[in-house]
Amino acid sequence: MTAYTLRAKRRRSALRTAAFLSPWLIGFAVFFAYPLVSTVYFSFMKYDGFGAPTWNSTANWRYVLGSYTMFWPALRNTLWLVLVMVTCRVAFGLGVGLLITKIRTGAGVFRTLFYLPYLAPPVAATLAFVFLLNPGTGPVNSALEGMGLTAPGWFTEPGWSKPALTMLAVWGVGDLMVIFMAALLDVPKEQYEAAELDGANSWQRFRFVTLPNISPIVLFAVVTGVIQTMQYYTQPIVASKVASGIIGGSGQQFEPGYPEKSTLTLPQVVYNLGFQRFDYGSACVVALVLFALAMACTALLMRRSGGLVGAGER
Amino acid sequence: MNRTALLRWVGVHALGVAAALFFLLPFVFVLLTSLMSDQQALTRDLTPDTWEFGNYAKVFDTPGFLTWWKNSLLYAGLGTLLTVLSSIPVAYALARFRFRGRRLSLMLVVSMMMLPPQVVIIPMYLFWVKQLDLGGTLWPLIIPMAFGDAFSIFLLRQFLLTIPDEYLDAARVDGCGELRTLLKVVLPMAKPGIAAVALFQFFYCWNDYFGPQIYASENPAAWTLSYGLESFKGAHHTDWNLTMAATVLVMAPVIVLFFFAQKAFVEGVTLTGVKG
Repeated sequence: MTAYTLRAKRRRSALRTAAFLSPWLIGFAVFFAYPLVSTVYFSFMKYDGFGAPTWNSTANWRYVLGSYTMFWPALRNTLWLVLVMVTCRVAFGLGVGLLITKIRTGAGVFRTLFYLPYLAPPVAATLAFVFLLNPGTGPVNSALEGMGLTAPGWFTEPGWSKPALTMLAVWGVGDLMVIFMAALLDVPKEQYEAAELDGANSWQRFRFVTLPNISPIVLFAVVTGVIQTMQYYTQPIVASKVASGIIGGSGQQFEPGYPEKSTLTLPQVVYNLGFQRFDYGSACVVALVLFALAMACTALLMRRSGGLVGAGER
Repeated sequence: MNRTALLRWVGVHALGVAAALFFLLPFVFVLLTSLMSDQQALTRDLTPDTWEFGNYAKVFDTPGFLTWWKNSLLYAGLGTLLTVLSSIPVAYALARFRFRGRRLSLMLVVSMMMLPPQVVIIPMYLFWVKQLDLGGTLWPLIIPMAFGDAFSIFLLRQFLLTIPDEYLDAARVDGCGELRTLLKVVLPMAKPGIAAVALFQFFYCWNDYFGPQIYASENPAAWTLSYGLESFKGAHHTDWNLTMAATVLVMAPVIVLFFFAQKAFVEGVTLTGVKG
């Protein structure tokens, strides 16, 4: 083949690649690269949507990290949710996944029942839990008081709102269950048989055979859980709106985080600054913090699980 | 079955029933409350004295409710169609073509997948609402789906990698170009993967709250069910029965859809994790 035809062939193949990729290339430029650069730009600007943006130096940054009262509580809540909610979800998901692999009778029915709550639309599920846990007429508190316990105020009490959200998150654990179930069924049978011959009891079999085999999936579940926590928005904002009784279609007057900022998360802070206070510059500062955190987790995921990108690479 | 095995069977299944109750009871209580009379919904009763199926009719009579249904279907239906159409060629290229920057492209896809939508919302809002004047509509949410969705691209690519090369080579030997190979050979084999992606995207749109809140909150005629639902509690104050009836009506389509497509869906969830 002559050099000329080789080059022509290469060019044709490059064009073909570009053609197949074109929807995403445009999407990447318009809906990712451009707005990201623009977010950095606005974080140094004073802009309320009217008139022209004016240079504001680092004032937005100093405001968000300094006198603005919602940023640090949101960050603290996020840390709480990462430590407690993610842990609970992974532990429970693994537990239910294990359980389902042991169930012999009616496994299909059990699996469907366990999975169903994951499908409940977040707004609907949140509304359901605000009702179930409402201190006045909710069935959960009726049951607790029936047992002679003092029932907490759940979504209306700062110390109990995050545990209530955690229960909601644990209820929808079906996605993790399915992932763990598949991983558990992949553990080579011979290893269990060998462990049994060596006299290992069921805990030892779990600890020394199951766990090492599924640890990449556990890591995957933890890191994606952390990333989801960074994005945690719908459940806390709907819960706080409904539980506080302040609901309007546009809801501009609503202060996120009810009760007492205990359900604030970073995405809600972006909403508060940008769409309730029209301080686009400061909203972009928080957006960039959120970006940095999400990307750090993603980098961890790509490096440690080795695979997300390399998966199936030949 | 010997004694220990029997005990174990009982233990495991008892635990299974307990877990099933935890997962199922919230649905049951929501359903029961949705059928109570207005007076009874204010009490701690668990089961309705009179079964008020009329509550559901009242929900449908709420101004806007049918419009929200229509909007949700439009957003989810059109959004899913556009996402699938635009993501397939991209996923195919990332799975099959060898080109410079392929690894980088993949890493960018994964990064976009993990990006919280709030990160770029300010410039996007200014773009759609201030420049293109599309505030109060769902178009700022639907149009971007014609340009590939990172999660769908990623999932489809993982699926396409599982199709053996021999099929593609055979197509090539028969003189098919890449486009013909994609349409005639790959797509028919990738149906389960496409079904999973379509379902995920449909659910994403159906469940989306942030998007409609940002772009459509000013215009109730453009609300979706997920966004309109929370206003029920406000409009009906303490009427948990009607709010729960509306909740059931928002959950129902998703659950019905799941029963029709259970296999594809569970396969898709597994694909996101196990291949990772």
